[in-house]
Amino acid sequence: MGLTRDEVEKVSLLARLQFTPAELERLTEQLGQIVDYVQLLAELDTTHVEPMAHPVDIANVFRPDEVRPSLPRDEVLANAPHHDQECYLVPAVLGD
Amino acid sequence: MSETSYDIVIGLEIHVQLLTASKLFCGCSTKFGAPPNTQTCPVCTGMPGSLPVMNRRAFELGLRTALALNCQIAPFTKWDRKNYYYPDLPKGYQISQFDLPFSSEGWLEISDPKGKIEPRRIGIIRAHLEEDAGKSMHDEAAGQADSRIDLNRTGTPLLEIVSKPDMRSPAEAKAFLTELKLLLTYLEVSDCNMQEGSLRVDANVNLHIPTPDGKIATPIVEIKNMNSFRAVERALTYEAARQYEVWQETGQKIGDIPKQTRGWDDVANITRGQRHKEESSDYRYFPDPDLVPVTVTEATVADARAALGELPAALRTRLEATFGLTPYDSDVIVNQGKRGVEYFLELATHSGDGKLASNWFQQDVLRTLTEQKIEIDQFGLRPERLAGLLQKVRGKEIDTSRAREVFAAMATSQKSAAEVMAELGIVQVDESQLVELCRELLAANPKIVADIKEGRGKAAGALIGQAKKKNPNVNPGRLMEICLELAQGM
Ligand SMILES: [Zn+2]
Repeated sequence: MGLTRDEVEKVSLLARLQFTPAELERLTEQLGQIVDYVQLLAELDTTHVEPMAHPVDIANVFRPDEVRPSLPRDEVLANAPHHDQECYLVPAVLGD
Repeated sequence: MSETSYDIVIGLEIHVQLLTASKLFCGCSTKFGAPPNTQTCPVCTGMPGSLPVMNRRAFELGLRTALALNCQIAPFTKWDRKNYYYPDLPKGYQISQFDLPFSSEGWLEISDPKGKIEPRRIGIIRAHLEEDAGKSMHDEAAGQADSRIDLNRTGTPLLEIVSKPDMRSPAEAKAFLTELKLLLTYLEVSDCNMQEGSLRVDANVNLHIPTPDGKIATPIVEIKNMNSFRAVERALTYEAARQYEVWQETGQKIGDIPKQTRGWDDVANITRGQRHKEESSDYRYFPDPDLVPVTVTEATVADARAALGELPAALRTRLEATFGLTPYDSDVIVNQGKRGVEYFLELATHSGDGKLASNWFQQDVLRTLTEQKIEIDQFGLRPERLAGLLQKVRGKEIDTSRAREVFAAMATSQKSAAEVMAELGIVQVDESQLVELCRELLAANPKIVADIKEGRGKAAGALIGQAKKKNPNVNPGRLMEICLELAQGM
């Protein structure tokens, strides 16, 4: 089973990650092993098991619509590699 | 190229910001216009270990809207992650609803008071809840190297409403949006402010063209960046003509090329192709493990339905049936919003004449609001007091032009119609006085008498001014009637 190199390349593009050919080779191998391991679950017969949307069997957890204090801006921006005291700065986003 | 040589097929996707105080999954404020990045917390900036909790009010507002759109409400609904990487999306995914939206299969009826389009139902595929992304700003003109990101909007509750491709002209699309906005305003679920991004519209459009080999469809184009309903109408009109031209040149059909996204340029009046992001269309949705599902009982749905109140379509019908108003008049009144309708209803009830109330409401009340730049709630002349004046107009105690003077005086005071009329010296002229006045006028104007006798009744109009000079209280309508009658017998 495993994964193909093309699949890993596609996923890395979606995740905006860039790899060298050697890294891709290694990741295809490693990710493939993980997928194979999870694939073990497919051996179970789930014919009569109802699919579930959540592992915990509870529903309807809400909070009231109340405003609570947000974080101070300088603390929030302190986490960013680049900022101008007001906004995060990122490489140019052009078009839409 | 003739307009009727093809069908335009339009579907709309509308994002509405719900009127909550706090965000969808955290307590940060949703208030518009705060300084950048002052309304964020670990949840809405996607910090590891933070946990989203659903805003009850957001769900209720969504439910209310879906019911008003005649949607089916799902008894079980869940939240999914839509994965994509973009600088304004700090978590790397948007919490949305994929395969089990909370509502689907509804409709909204559109009509046109001027009768230019046929009334009909536009289908709603689904309405679901999701969170908004942040805002990225780039000032190319200023030669900025970086883009700036403001995450205040991140996590703001949105309702996404997707219509069926049921609209057949740009005018119908505009009618749908206008009716939807009015409905949302009545439901008090959104302020629908397009400038502030509370209501955003994307359109999917293509053409069905009859050819000798059967009907063909052109490739579907999604249009973005339309920031007014007028822009939507213009963009669709432009796009239909453009697609027809492209089809004539290339013969491209649906499926021949991938779906295209084009942006509307409001200044140049054209749509422009946007860079194709083929790879980003794979969102790898999966259920969000941080959020538990929501179940909705039939009792909850029934309660929410009962609380909807009277909606625009039903109100129009009621105004037309109860007061004999035309569709045009009922539409103008209903478009004034709930408060406006309440004002009209009180005016109509207290004055006892719906048509008269409709005229005064549309002409005098609305004009005064526009002039004074105020809302109906701020207008000091309340309907019960104005109804007193309308009763006098009805009873022919005062003519319309003098009643307008009284209206103006009442609007700037708390006086009753009777008080203002007394102050202005307006008293009803009794019939015998009026007849006497008419005799005098006719005797002094033999030329007019001759004209009337020769069938030019309009000539009597010249007597109104003279009569008003002698007695400002005369009712011009009655004066004319008497003059015409007397002249015939002279
Ligand atoms: Zn937050």
